[in-house]
Amino acid sequence: MSAQAPTGELVARFGVSPARRRKDRIARGTILVATIVALIPLVLIVYYLLKKGLGAWSSDFFTTDPTGNTFFKSSSIGGVKSAILGTIEMVALASAIAVPIGVAVAVWLVEYGKSSWFAHTVRFFVDVLTGVPSIVFGLFIYIVLIVGTGSSFAGYKGSLALSLLMLPVVIRSAEVILLLVPAGLRESALALGAPRWKVIFTIVLPTALPGMVTGVLLAVARAAGETAPLLFTAASTKNSSYDLGGFMNSLPVQIYSDVNSPTTSVVNRAWGAALTLVVLILLLNLIARLISRRSRLA
Amino acid sequence: MEAAFPPSGESALLARSPLARLPDRLLKYGLSVLAALILALIVFFFIRLVGEARPAFAKTGVFGFAFDNNWTPSAGHFGALPLVVGTLITATLALVIGVPVAVAAALYATELCPRRLRSPLTILVELLAAVPSVVYGLWGIVFLAPKLQGSEQWVADRLSFVPFIGGGLVTIPNYFIAGLVLAIMILPIVSAISREVMSTVPLDQKEASLGLGATRWEMIRMAVIPYCRSGIVGGAMLGLGRAIGETIAVTILIGDAPKLGEQLFGQGYSLAAVIANEFGEAQGVHRSALFAAGLVLFVLTLLVNGVARGLVVRSARKTGQSSGAGSTGATALVAGAAGGA
Amino acid sequence: MTPPRSPTKVAGVDPEASPELTRRASEPAMRTPILGEREASEPPAAGQAAGLQVRLEGLRAFYGSSEELKGIDLEFHANEVTAIIGPSGCGKSTMIRCINRMHEEIPGARAEGRVLLDELDVYDPSVDVVAVRRAIGMVFQKPNPFPTMTIFDNVAAGLRLTSRRRGDLHAKVEAALRSAGLWDEVADRLEEPGAGLSGGQQQRLCIARSLAVDPEVILMDEPCSALDPIATLKIEELIAELKRRVTIVIVTHNMQQAARVADRTAFMLDGALVEVGPTREIFTKPGDPRTEEYVTGKFG
Repeated sequence: MSAQAPTGELVARFGVSPARRRKDRIARGTILVATIVALIPLVLIVYYLLKKGLGAWSSDFFTTDPTGNTFFKSSSIGGVKSAILGTIEMVALASAIAVPIGVAVAVWLVEYGKSSWFAHTVRFFVDVLTGVPSIVFGLFIYIVLIVGTGSSFAGYKGSLALSLLMLPVVIRSAEVILLLVPAGLRESALALGAPRWKVIFTIVLPTALPGMVTGVLLAVARAAGETAPLLFTAASTKNSSYDLGGFMNSLPVQIYSDVNSPTTSVVNRAWGAALTLVVLILLLNLIARLISRRSRLA
Repeated sequence: MEAAFPPSGESALLARSPLARLPDRLLKYGLSVLAALILALIVFFFIRLVGEARPAFAKTGVFGFAFDNNWTPSAGHFGALPLVVGTLITATLALVIGVPVAVAAALYATELCPRRLRSPLTILVELLAAVPSVVYGLWGIVFLAPKLQGSEQWVADRLSFVPFIGGGLVTIPNYFIAGLVLAIMILPIVSAISREVMSTVPLDQKEASLGLGATRWEMIRMAVIPYCRSGIVGGAMLGLGRAIGETIAVTILIGDAPKLGEQLFGQGYSLAAVIANEFGEAQGVHRSALFAAGLVLFVLTLLVNGVARGLVVRSARKTGQSSGAGSTGATALVAGAAGGA
Repeated sequence: MTPPRSPTKVAGVDPEASPELTRRASEPAMRTPILGEREASEPPAAGQAAGLQVRLEGLRAFYGSSEELKGIDLEFHANEVTAIIGPSGCGKSTMIRCINRMHEEIPGARAEGRVLLDELDVYDPSVDVVAVRRAIGMVFQKPNPFPTMTIFDNVAAGLRLTSRRRGDLHAKVEAALRSAGLWDEVADRLEEPGAGLSGGQQQRLCIARSLAVDPEVILMDEPCSALDPIATLKIEELIAELKRRVTIVIVTHNMQQAARVADRTAFMLDGALVEVGPTREIFTKPGDPRTEEYVTGKFG
């Protein structure tokens, strides 16, 4: 038991038993395998989307409306022009509604509401909205705007359902970004004697803008992929339409109605539409990521 | 206060005219009204939904609606038990398959993988979230379900003595396929929340266990998992909320047969799917019953999400002392984890 | 058994992978058992252990491309307390983190040279990093008990990794808590969370946690910097007690503390060792003018 203790004794006392080492190796191996398993569906989906989707793409695919003709091989089943158009129109209107309101509520939460009971209530309700299944938003709009008014489906009703869906995402992401605006920035402007509204419009919002764009784009991307809220608010028609007051087609609804077709070419049209939709959403995601990288906050 | 002290010469200099103060007030009250309107809107929706569902409840009774095993709209029977059970079976399957994989992927990204791989791995897993649910449905029914039918039948034959799992004829759309695709769909959100919570484990906790001579796995068990447990459970619950509310993919994959789950590889129905499928041609009590199904779905997700949010926020608060960003990050993720369809 | 004299280069490029690497390197070998190759047998009862000496030979450490330690040769005598002093950023912490190979846990960090624990190079490829850390315990700057564990579980955490018999767990935990001078204060609340203790008690809990696995050496990285004077005093008394059982290396910012607890003191500057000697000598008649300037408070 002196400083000259032989090395063998050290080993005996501190060595890692093979059992522990084996356990460590097995656990790590399992974790790695599970991670790979997590990536398999992504690879498969991307592969099939590209394989089937690119096969369906053609110049006609984007420039013609779906015809619904599935019985005669010789006649064309058409493309998805009306669906692309409808998705863009409805999502644009939904964003035009949800983004200003969402940002305004976020500004109120951060600048005025802060930690008052009312602000906490609003936050709670916004969180409630977050968890509501999207089909329930469809029901909401149906009750109020279709049962309530006795009128029929319309593009703008679909937009409203989508905007309800976007709202909580926009509010919460904008709030997080606004909270990141350094307090010192606000205070220095207030100390100059600027009124609060001016500080908000000239200092706080411009600083937070890039970060908020990210959240907004992610919300838009989500809305663009939604099917359920559109099924009984806006859908569906086969024709291209610029009238948000009338029936409107959209990519997700088009895919949904094509999925169960017994005709191969119609299912292929669904793949083409799916690829179009995914590319659209990935573009939005990509832009969001690029902008968030440039943001000066966070 | 201002009335009690009439402005003397000096304070008049400091006072702002009411006109100059107007924009501030307008903004403040305008925004408050807007916030209040959102609350009112939600309450209004809820009341209207209850109102629309009332005829169905009046016919069957609330308990009859939830627990009767007979959904035959053409005959006027609206017992939603098969739908509720279908929703629970698929959501549970999603949880059982998806959560371990998601947590493992999060552990790998935060604790085990080389640093260069961390960010690409994260982006790849999150790409799964960018795929719309209708595309999952399409992929599931056209590719996955036919590919797996053989193996499913094999399992069903081998396990024919196990009730629910074994025996019977495997159909292409079935509970299992719906649950499997749901598992893939909840993977990114569960993984993202787990990763967020794991990244808040303070370095000194991990070093403390390594300093005691723990292997890496022992460090994960000793320092990482106990510290994140409630956050991970919360993430899983958010995933459950999503799985319960998911509509389109399930509608495509579950087979739309309103019978009580007889076997894992057989057709069934779910609350969300029945609405998506039957709403178009529903009239009268049938439509009201679908609103009632929506209400049940709404309440179910509300409960699950409430519990989940509590757990994630509690976990974020607990770890918040060491990293302020953790809590906002987790809250933001909670916000991003809405139910899809 | 004497390892080869040539300095062993340690591949620490990727900290996540390095434990794996060292382990893999040890697998094919069929040589004399070295630390980390054999089944752990019955450890001697707590309190029997005597400290071992540690010798650094040409120890260099890097963060990325910047060299934090520029070749250090230093010996820590068995059963003595050696204090490391020096201005902030001189590499004190890096140095002691190299002794139990915690340094390589930091992304981009690596070390070169040899660290000999009683003639055994802890950086030898056949040595398991996990075993090194078990033989050389560490107490951190901020008390870091596991927040989810009770007082008892905190102390037992290291024991549970190896011990298969639960029977003497309680006895060992008690012995460790007694050695850390904490037993009397916590004996009746072992099942309460460790995080509920005061800062000083938490730090003694952490000391008990590392004592419980019966290490040969304990490294202390400014263990009192987060504590009040009375708690600091208790830890210092404890250090004087513990050196009978273990070799102690303590990094400190506080020169009075070094003077109070250390048998020998080493002064470091800019990643290099300036001088080392009996504490009294370092503080009264240092050999190097820079040491004199530092201990008399001219800089730092």
